[in-house]
Amino acid sequence: MKLVYKTALAMVLGGATATTASAADELTIAIVNNGHMINMQKVAEAYTEATGTKLNWVSLEEGVLREQVTSDTATGGGQYDIINIGMQEAPIWGAAGWIEPLEFSADYDIDDMLPAMRNGLSHDGTLYAAPFYGESSMVMYRKDLTDAAGVTVADNDSWDNIKAAAAAIHKPDDGIYGACLRGKPGWGDNMAFITTVVNSFGGAWFDKDFKPQLDSQQWKDAINFYVDLLGNYGPPGSEGNSFNEILALYNEGKCGMWIDATIAASFLEVDGVAYAQSPNAGNPVGANWLWAWAMAVPAGSPNAEASKQFIEWATSKEYIKAVADHPEFGWGSVPTGTRASTYAYPEFQAVAGFAAAEMAAIESAAPAATDLKPYVGVQFAAIPEFPEVGSAVAQEMAAALSGAKSVDDALAAAQSAADAIMKEAGYY
Amino acid sequence: MAVIDQTSKFGKVFWPLLAWTVALIFFFPIFWLVFTSFKTDADAVKPEFLFKFTPTLENYTNMTENYDYWRFAINSVITSTFATLFALFVGVPAAYAMAFNPSRHTKDILVWMLSTKMLPAAAVLYPMTFLTKNYLGIFDTHFLIIVVLSLINLPIVIWMLFTYFKEIPKEIIEAGKMDGVSTWGEIKDILIPLAWGGVASTALLCFIFCWNEAYWTVRLTTTDAATLSKLIEGNRAPEGLFFGRLSAVSAAAVGPIVVLGWFCQKQLVRGLTFGAVK
Repeated sequence: MKLVYKTALAMVLGGATATTASAADELTIAIVNNGHMINMQKVAEAYTEATGTKLNWVSLEEGVLREQVTSDTATGGGQYDIINIGMQEAPIWGAAGWIEPLEFSADYDIDDMLPAMRNGLSHDGTLYAAPFYGESSMVMYRKDLTDAAGVTVADNDSWDNIKAAAAAIHKPDDGIYGACLRGKPGWGDNMAFITTVVNSFGGAWFDKDFKPQLDSQQWKDAINFYVDLLGNYGPPGSEGNSFNEILALYNEGKCGMWIDATIAASFLEVDGVAYAQSPNAGNPVGANWLWAWAMAVPAGSPNAEASKQFIEWATSKEYIKAVADHPEFGWGSVPTGTRASTYAYPEFQAVAGFAAAEMAAIESAAPAATDLKPYVGVQFAAIPEFPEVGSAVAQEMAAALSGAKSVDDALAAAQSAADAIMKEAGYY
Repeated sequence: MAVIDQTSKFGKVFWPLLAWTVALIFFFPIFWLVFTSFKTDADAVKPEFLFKFTPTLENYTNMTENYDYWRFAINSVITSTFATLFALFVGVPAAYAMAFNPSRHTKDILVWMLSTKMLPAAAVLYPMTFLTKNYLGIFDTHFLIIVVLSLINLPIVIWMLFTYFKEIPKEIIEAGKMDGVSTWGEIKDILIPLAWGGVASTALLCFIFCWNEAYWTVRLTTTDAATLSKLIEGNRAPEGLFFGRLSAVSAAAVGPIVVLGWFCQKQLVRGLTFGAVK
């Protein structure tokens, strides 16, 4: 028992020492576990060699990352020197003073950063997070199937044409489904796609007083269309499908058409894939989303300067070249959607057939607040309450898709939940 | 439902067959996990490579070389071992007191202890994070994880030990008392040897629960005290199918506990069925 006591005591002291020891030449980086981030850990070995800065990577599942980073940043915990955040958080946290403004040297060439990304990650013109990779959404369809069915899919096609094309290529007996779309509940899952559909029908999450608009005609039309399209021409159990599930289906050759993140194009392994800009129902603004996984420095970080230096390197043109030149990776693995210069490399264009479509989608995404929607963000609203509102509505939309509720009932319940959250938050 | 006689011809075939079927159903996820861990990420999601593929150790080498598996594994061993020892250190005297010197509130105390398990962990996440990080300075330490794991398993440890201790005739303990044995002596020399199967199975179960705990070990650690649960959690990707790698990490995380359970299954079964048939 003495041994147990002594060891426990040693751990108390050891643990306390561990929490206080935070040398400036060591950075702790919280990242989401995506392919590009995983590659960064290897590419950054060169950074450690060059600068002597040891990098501690904490890889977390997206939901847990948000939870940990939010609580750490809000409480000034200081567990992380660099954090991976998305476009939803960056402007809000910047405005709240939770993350440091980012200013880089002239060599960084900030004007090379795609304007949509720069704007989406800024608040009042100040950049708070640097994009590591970015994405919009687009249509990824099997041209061999559309050709065989004698239908076409055009850029910014109408939803009616998309539905007709999905119906034409839908052959469930042969294991091919016309349209594979997100149905799994989550503000970043089904609601990302659904919001773009609603936007394209002329709807919005909130009016100018931030009252939820889920009982509007635009929402009703959009959700009825979504449930009809996915219910009739989607794979069974679509309410359980999000990015990864659909990616697996697509690569098994079971999807004729997929509208999702442009990053998906780099994972597709089937032949005959063609790309088109997102469809709409007469309103192209907001029909394609905009997202970035970006890197930020929590306010008050003792290693703020070293952290900013690392971010400058990891989001630079040099980093993209370093990935391309890395023996394990190459041009097919470079993070996209952040810099115009990436798309200008002939080597990149040669391996990325989706490059032009992705760039066009990102450039046309419109996250800024407008008369129609008083908030920043395309497939989300950059307000602190959105994750809660989005998650509540997501459950109702999944219920409508599965048939557990009618569209009208689901929207009524969603409106009521969103209204309660916004009222409690003090918007009105 | 009519009971099938174990000694009948049909029963002799039916019961073993049912046992094997249930065993296979339970074992299948483990088998599939290990099976998939030898596939590349690309092969792991392709139906044509469901059973026929070229096995690779790539995921395991990647895990040890790039993901610092051993650091997470050592942290899991340290935290689970010491949390189990601490839970027993507190649980054995507590169960002894309640089994042999019960008061009229003993049952209430036992129920109250168990009721603490009903508290949703998320409800205390923020205060736990805030206090341990900003005031106590013990966030991401072995000490914190050991204390948390001990405390969340303590109700079950006490309940299990209490049940085992109740099976031991009170007279034996009283005889020891009359021979002048101290309280600690009663526990050490009489109670534990008599209830050894129960204590061992309680310790094993507690260790397994500590090893598998994911909610707190993921949220109260960063790097220094991160356990295998955190390694698995970190390998879940929202965009990208890395099932081969995730399977390897998961297999390597559950492997030690499966092996431990295999070697200790006799004690585990004996302890769990102790007093079940009266």
